[in-house]
Amino acid sequence: MDLMKLTAVQLSDKIKAGELSVEEAVKASLDAVREKDKTINAFITVDEEGALKRAAEVQKRIESGELSGPLAGVPVAVKDNICTRGLKTTCASKILYNFVPTYDAQAVENLEKAGMVIVGKTNMDEFAMGSTTETSFFGVTRNPANPEHVPGGSSGGSCAAVAAGEVLCALGSDTGGSIRQPSSFCGVTGMKPTYGAVSRYGLIAYGSSLDQIGPVAGNVTDCAALLQVIASHDKKDSTSVELEDYDFLGALQEDVSGMKIGIPREYFGEGLDAGVKAPILKAADILASHGAVVEEFDLGMLDYAIPAYYVIASAEASSNLERFDGVKYGYRAEDYEGLHDMYKKSRSEGFGPEVKRRIMLGSFVLSSGYYDAYYLKALRTKALIKQAFDKAFASYDMILAPAAPTAAPRLGESLSDPIQMYLGDIYTVSANLAGLPGITVPCGKDAKGLPVGMQLLGDCFSEKKLLRAAYTWERLYNSDRQDVQADGKGEA
Amino acid sequence: MASRITDETIEYVGILAKLKLSGEEKEQAREDMQKMLNYIDKLEELDTTGVEPMSHVFPIHNVFREDVVTNGDDRENLLSNAPEQRDGQYQVPKTVE
Amino acid sequence: MAREYETVIGLEVHVELATKTKIFCGCSTEFGGEPNTHTCPVCTGMPGSLPVLNKQVVEYAMAVGLAANCQINQYCKFDRKNYFYPDNPQNYQISQLYLPICHDGWLEIETGDGKKKVRIHEIHMEEDAGKLIHDEWEDCSLVDYNRSGVPLIEIVSEPDMRSAEEVIAYLEQLRMIAQYVGASDCKLQEGSMRADVNLSVREKGSDTFGTRTEMKNLNSFKAIARAIEGEQARQIDLLEEGKAVMQETRRWDDARGESYPMRSKEDAQDYRYFPDPDLPPVVISDEWMEQIRESLPELQPEKQARYEKEFSLPAYDASILTGTKKLADLFEATVALGSKPKKVSNWLMVETLRLLKEHGQEPEQIRFSPEHLAGLIAMTEDGSINSTVAKEVFEKVFEEDIDPEAYVTEHGLKTVNDAGALEEVVKKVLESNPKVVEEYRGGKEKVLGFLVGQVMKEMKGKANPAMAGELLKKLILE
Repeated sequence: MDLMKLTAVQLSDKIKAGELSVEEAVKASLDAVREKDKTINAFITVDEEGALKRAAEVQKRIESGELSGPLAGVPVAVKDNICTRGLKTTCASKILYNFVPTYDAQAVENLEKAGMVIVGKTNMDEFAMGSTTETSFFGVTRNPANPEHVPGGSSGGSCAAVAAGEVLCALGSDTGGSIRQPSSFCGVTGMKPTYGAVSRYGLIAYGSSLDQIGPVAGNVTDCAALLQVIASHDKKDSTSVELEDYDFLGALQEDVSGMKIGIPREYFGEGLDAGVKAPILKAADILASHGAVVEEFDLGMLDYAIPAYYVIASAEASSNLERFDGVKYGYRAEDYEGLHDMYKKSRSEGFGPEVKRRIMLGSFVLSSGYYDAYYLKALRTKALIKQAFDKAFASYDMILAPAAPTAAPRLGESLSDPIQMYLGDIYTVSANLAGLPGITVPCGKDAKGLPVGMQLLGDCFSEKKLLRAAYTWERLYNSDRQDVQADGKGEA
Repeated sequence: MASRITDETIEYVGILAKLKLSGEEKEQAREDMQKMLNYIDKLEELDTTGVEPMSHVFPIHNVFREDVVTNGDDRENLLSNAPEQRDGQYQVPKTVE
Repeated sequence: MAREYETVIGLEVHVELATKTKIFCGCSTEFGGEPNTHTCPVCTGMPGSLPVLNKQVVEYAMAVGLAANCQINQYCKFDRKNYFYPDNPQNYQISQLYLPICHDGWLEIETGDGKKKVRIHEIHMEEDAGKLIHDEWEDCSLVDYNRSGVPLIEIVSEPDMRSAEEVIAYLEQLRMIAQYVGASDCKLQEGSMRADVNLSVREKGSDTFGTRTEMKNLNSFKAIARAIEGEQARQIDLLEEGKAVMQETRRWDDARGESYPMRSKEDAQDYRYFPDPDLPPVVISDEWMEQIRESLPELQPEKQARYEKEFSLPAYDASILTGTKKLADLFEATVALGSKPKKVSNWLMVETLRLLKEHGQEPEQIRFSPEHLAGLIAMTEDGSINSTVAKEVFEKVFEEDIDPEAYVTEHGLKTVNDAGALEEVVKKVLESNPKVVEEYRGGKEKVLGFLVGQVMKEMKGKANPAMAGELLKKLILE
């Protein structure tokens, strides 16, 4: 039996039933990493020794009945911007190439409490700034669906690892689409929870008001289970929110009847690749045919999301990344003359070009004389974007949209023009600005056979609704897959 | 109309951000920043008169800790990542002349 | 053709709050631990760490603000002030720029020129920086983050002061308030109260301000006074020479009595303030504000009035005693132990202030307990020690907080009130000094003092001098 073909929940069930040991599960994952990561390069660090040691501990705790959760014993990968005590955490940057946190992120602590076993840390765009996982100091990650293509980003390592079957689930982070877009590109299910649902403590900040840790998995059930494990109210994160209900698995009902789904017209206009558009609209039709009320409407504000996002994210990043200065941790330049030269050389040599580009932009928009025109203007725009969503959710349970304008581009095609690259985030950044939850589920393939995902966006704290719709779609899609694929090709 | 990014702007922002760019990098940075700002100018179309800048999306407020000591001495651990340390302190190039 | 100048001064005063823990993490604020032993991921700027606000900081800041007649911003926020320096682990300081907790207050000061109001522009909360130690031999600096994240309030005055005297009066007033509400011990020597002086000069009568400089590194009232004198002289000299004053930050070197420009060209002084996304706003309800207002202790003016009335103290004494919280607390605690208010006041006003001055100390540094002062006063009251002995013993109390009763017993300092023993000594003294006795009999009454002195000497100071005098007179005239 290939254990990596099971779902994470099934794997845990077998472990809890005594049919499998945690060690066997962890070894299966490590074997898959060893075999597939040569091409995919989804991992920056693989912790074989630590994982096996931990497997034995978890096994005992499962046997003693102490651990009985839905994902007990399941191997998991963690994006390398999430701190793991005693395990190198680099943000895929030279500036943190040797950083070993002395503390766990709260989400990691929650994984451990649930009896999950971390097998390693996944690749990403440096400091989560990018949409292709090509800006990593540790080399590019390849898309398991087609290794000539990027996996998307910035959580490209986590999504590729799940898509390649190296792990069954992983943690990513999403600041402007960094879970939802690579999930779409890799053909996996990924969710950005409502801002505040998962603690940011230990997540190395990019844009603090936008960042959120979320689950990546092979299917909606595993995604819900992993969200259930990591979501918590954390007193160490002042922006953490206590939810009324953490039973996300309880939301998985196959029923969309009466659910009102809005399709924002501008999300399907110019700029959206036909091969992406077709399977998504087909999915909408299928949901409608199963009782959902699907309507087109005008959401508005789409054109302003990217500029507002890049002002806010870059401004926050420029401040958040000031702490990387060669004093307390990470890279310090070899030769320098005096303090300021040490700062400048360490940072210039330690950060890659895209990170420097955003730090420069962010420092500029906050600088004297420009703060009002750029930063405050962006915060006002954010307020209007939030209002537009509030209005939409007064009428609809959720919004159905693409996660990205195209399927995964080829390696090396994206980084040259920053504007073009940033436009790739157009369908995802609004949710971060407004703090909304969003989920990407596979819904077909484009003409080249590359995966296409559809994105469902909900009002704050409506994760359960989104999971129910995604779950329903997944059941319909799995029983109906051939048709959708054929249609997708037909449109291209 | 977007702000004009000059070489001096790049120089100045480099000082603020503590980044040392080579001549080529500076030119690239100037071009990129100009392009970005031209694009960001799209926001000017939007009438935001009377709209409050929104820094936090949720109306959360008053998140406090009680004034109770919870942390002990973790010096050895914390210093373990320091590029240079001496006598339990972080060592840096001299900060005074 | 001497032009007349006027000095215009505004102060930025940083006061460390007396919380047990830092502003954004649960590390101790205790002074003087081994370097970096009071640190954690938050106050050393570790990646991924996040701040959580200490509620007590808000309450102390509010209390000082209310006591200083400020308006409270019932919606206030924290902002990041971005600048690179190794004592600042995140390379941004969490502070308040746009919506500080308090604004528009005032303090009344009194100087030789009478009473005057100094307006307070704002009070904001922020975190302190770490400490840098410069190693001359190794040509490097070492960073200790024990102070990093200790809560501060910064009290920014309007440029309402005109002399060093006014500045000192304002600082004393501010210190008193912070101490009274329990927000800070305000020890200048430990750096828990620090003042930056913004100073400009202008020709008398002008209604525009001159270019100001900011002076830092002022850690005593004396240094502040000297720095003000020095800086106003420097600026006037520049203007007299027809040169311009540069707007800059200067560091006062008290030992040399000179100031130096502080910043290098690497500092652009563009702090790129923006609201800290990690910290939600603080909303202060009317109820919360009233609760803090009601919990404010009796402040100096009320306390002084009460001392005058309740303890019949002269206004001057009452103002000195209530001028620092330490003296007022000590006074009240000693009185509560049964000592007569007038006596306690005397000991504090005379001997205590004298010894403080001799030791170059501030009242906050007083170490002795009210119990020991009360014990000493009791012994003078019941005549067990005379006033000379009492002063000697008090020095011990002041310096080492000894138990005066045990000390007096141990050193045999008790006044001898035993008439028999005294008579023996008096007789002995009369016998040894027949000439002096004759002089006294001849009407030279002054010499009695000499004889009393001899008795005291014989009895090693333990005699009751009044009793000795009476007995001497009696025996001489017999």
